[in-house]
Amino acid sequence: MTCIERRLPSDEARALLDLTRDMCAQSLAPVVDAAEEKSEFPRDIMNLLGQTGLLSLPYPEQFGGGAQPYEVYLQVLEELSSVWLSVGISVSVHSLACFPVAEFGTDEQRQHWLPMMLAGDTIGAYCLSEPHSGSDASALSTQAAIDVDGFIINGQKAWITHGDLADFYNVMVRTGESGANGISCLLVAAGTPGLSFAPRELKMGAWASPTAGVIFDDVRVGPDHLIGTEDGGFRIAMAALDAGRLGIAACAVGLAQGALDAATTYAQQRRQFGRPIAQFQGLSFMLADMDTAISAARALYLDAARRKDDGVEFGVAAAKAKLFATDTAMKVANDALQVLGGYGYTRDFPLERYFREAKMLQIVEGTNQVQRMVIGRALTDIS
Amino acid sequence: MKIAVCVKQVPDTWAEKKLRDDDSTLDREAADGVMNELDEYAVEEALRLAEANGGEVVVVTMGPERAAETVRKALSMGADAGVHLVDDSLHGSDALATSYALAEVLAARNFDLVIFGSESTDARMSVVPAMVAERLGLPQVTFAQKVDVDGSKVAIQRQTEYGYDDVEAELPAVVSVVEKINEPRYPSFKGIMAAKKKPVETLTVADAGLDAAKLGATAAWTKVASFAARPPKAAGTVVTDEGDGGAKIATYLTEQKFV
Ligand SMILES: Cc1cc2nc3c(=O)[nH]c(=O)nc-3n(C[C@H](O)[C@H](O)[C@H](O)COP(=O)(O)OP(=O)(O)OC[C@H]3O[C@@H](n4cnc5c(N)ncnc54)[C@H](O)[C@@H]3O)c2cc1C
Ligand SMILES: Cc1cc2nc3c(=O)[nH]c(=O)nc-3n(C[C@H](O)[C@H](O)[C@H](O)COP(=O)(O)OP(=O)(O)OC[C@H]3O[C@@H](n4cnc5c(N)ncnc54)[C@H](O)[C@@H]3O)c2cc1C
Repeated sequence: MTCIERRLPSDEARALLDLTRDMCAQSLAPVVDAAEEKSEFPRDIMNLLGQTGLLSLPYPEQFGGGAQPYEVYLQVLEELSSVWLSVGISVSVHSLACFPVAEFGTDEQRQHWLPMMLAGDTIGAYCLSEPHSGSDASALSTQAAIDVDGFIINGQKAWITHGDLADFYNVMVRTGESGANGISCLLVAAGTPGLSFAPRELKMGAWASPTAGVIFDDVRVGPDHLIGTEDGGFRIAMAALDAGRLGIAACAVGLAQGALDAATTYAQQRRQFGRPIAQFQGLSFMLADMDTAISAARALYLDAARRKDDGVEFGVAAAKAKLFATDTAMKVANDALQVLGGYGYTRDFPLERYFREAKMLQIVEGTNQVQRMVIGRALTDIS
Repeated sequence: MKIAVCVKQVPDTWAEKKLRDDDSTLDREAADGVMNELDEYAVEEALRLAEANGGEVVVVTMGPERAAETVRKALSMGADAGVHLVDDSLHGSDALATSYALAEVLAARNFDLVIFGSESTDARMSVVPAMVAERLGLPQVTFAQKVDVDGSKVAIQRQTEYGYDDVEAELPAVVSVVEKINEPRYPSFKGIMAAKKKPVETLTVADAGLDAAKLGATAAWTKVASFAARPPKAAGTVVTDEGDGGAKIATYLTEQKFV
C-alpha cells in the first residue's frame, strides 16, 4: 500500500505504524490469497499480531494493553485491512469483545479477565445478533434464568464472527422484561458445557473470517460473569458498538486504499490506444474521486476517534464515519475493479475480492440504514 | 553468558546504491538505512541463546549518527544494551580498520560469545568476522546454520556447498551466521517502547581508546580510484511470430550458444 503520510501523535505511534506495515508486507501479503481461497482462519497470523502487541492496543497497560489512543489503534487497523480485511475484522471484533469488561467491569473482573484477553494468544467474540433480531437488537430472545449459582443460558446467537473458535464470548441475554431494559451482558469462556456451534455461514467474501451461530443449551456461568448491572446490558452493547463502528470505518478505509492502490498501479502500466490508460482523463478523474473520498472517510473516522480519545460524545460521529467510510469502500471497490477492465473481474487480481468484501462492511455492526437512523434521530430529536 | 552481536546499518536492500562523487565512498544519505539483513538473524540467534542459557545481549555497531536506529531496532527485538561507535574520523574505513575498531571495543567488554552476520549487503566482503576473531585471538566458527552452546563450548553446523560441517570451539569465540539459521522475530510494540529506556553507550574514537592513525579513508590500504555506473540494459531482440516464432527463438538460442 502507498505509504500514507499520517499525522501521528507520538514517536511510538510512528514506530507502531512502521512495524504494522512491515508485518503487512512480509507476513500478511504473501499468504492472504491462499488463505482466503481455502477459507482458512489465519490463527498463526493472529498469534503473531498478539506477540507483537497488536491485539491489545487500545487497552490499559496495567492489564497488558498497549495504552494507545483510538486515533492510533484505528490507523493500525486500517493498514492491516488494506492488505487483508479478514485480519482487520478479527482485530476489530477482538477489541470489541474486550470492551465490555474493560469499560464496565468491576476492578476484580478487570483483574480476572483482562490479562487473559489482552495476552495476545486469545480471541474474543461478541454475541448480540440472533436469527430473528438483527437491526432490532433489543428484541433478542436468548434467555438467562437466574438461580443461586448464577445464570443458566438458553438460546441461539447468529452471525457471530469467531463463532466456533473464540476463547471467550460476550453474550447479550434476556434477564428481565421485553425490550432494551431487560437485557444483561454475560461473559462465557470457551469450553463451558452446553456451548455449541452451528456450521459456518457460506459468505460472499471475507472467507478467512469465520462466521457461525452460537448455541446455548443450559450453559451455566457464575454471578461474577455478569458485566455491569442485571438488565443494564443493552447500554453496554450499544457503547461497545459505538467503538466497534469506528473499527469498521477504519477497516473500510484500509480496504478502499488497497483497492485504489491496485487500480492506480494498473492504470500507470496498462496501455491502450498507444498510451497508458491513466492518461485518459475519464479514468484519472475516477482515480481522483476515489482518492478524495478515501481522504474524506479517513478524516471522518479520525475526527470521531479524537472525540472518543478526548472523552467527549462520539456516537453520532462514529455512525457518520461508519456510514461514509463503508459506502466509500463499496464505491471505490466497484470503480477500482472497473479500472482493470476484464482483468479486474478475474481472481488473478485482488479487485474482485475487495469488491466482495466491501459489501459486508455496509451490513455489519449496524447496517448503513441503522447508521442513518442514529444520525437522523440525533438531528431531529424524533425517534 | 555475555553475548555481543555486531550489527551494521546498510542502505535499504531495494534502493539503488550510489557512491559519492567527492570521495568514492558509499553514499549513506541517499537511501533509507536498515539493519543489514543477516545481522537480524545474528540478533535473533543471540536472543535465543540468551533465552535458553540465561545471559545478556549487547549490540555493537560502528557507523554514522543514524546507525543509532539500527541499535534501537535490535534493542526493540529484545537485546539488553547497545554500544555505538560514532566519529567523523571513521568515515572511509576499510575492512582492516573496521575490524580493528570493533575488536578493540569488544575486547574491552569481555564477551563469552560474539555473533556476526556472515556478510553485509552493501560491501559484501564477508571478512569482518574472521578479521575480528584474528585480532582478538579467538576461535572463529563461521557460516553457522545452527549454533548450540553447552557449558564452555560452542558447536555449530557450518553451511557448505555439499551440506554442512560440525565445528566446535571453546568459549569465548566468534560466530557468524547464515540465513538458514532461524526466522528473525518482529520487534514487539512493548519492545519498541522498552527500547527507549535501554542503555546505549555512544563512543568516539578517543572514548574507545583507538589509534586514529589506523582509521578512516587516509589509513585505508585500498582506495576506490574511480567508478562507473553499470551500462543500461541493451534493448534486446524482438522476435515477431509469423507462424515461425518457435523456430526463430531456437535459432537465436543456438546462435547465443545457450543450447
Ligand atoms: C460477516 C458478518 C459478520 C457478523 N458478525 C457479527 C458478530 O460478530 N456479532 C454480532 O452480534 N453480529 C454479527 N453480524 C450480524 C450483523 O450485525 C447483522 O447482520 C446486522 O446487524 C443486520 O441484521 P440482519 O442481518 O438481521 O438484517 P435485518 O435487521 O433483518 O435488516 C434487513 C434490512 O432491513 C433494513 N432495516 C432494518 N431495520 C430498519 C429500519 N428501522 N429502517 C430502515 N431500514 C431498516 C436493514 O438495513 C437491512 O437492509 C455479522 C454479520 C455478517 C454479515
Ligand atoms: C562499494 C564498497 C567497496 C569497498 N571496497 C573495499 C575494499 O576493497 N577493501 C576494504 O578493505 N574495504 C572496502 N570497503 C569498506 C568496507 O565495506 C568496510 O570496511 C566494512 O566495514 C567492511 O565490510 P563489509 O561490510 O563488507 O563487512 P562483512 O565482512 O561483509 O560483514 C560481515 C559482518 O560483519 C559485521 N560488521 C561489518 N561492518 C560492521 C560495522 N561497521 N559495525 C558493526 N558490525 C559490522 C556485521 O555483523 C556483518 O554482517 C568497501 C565498501 C564499499 C561500500
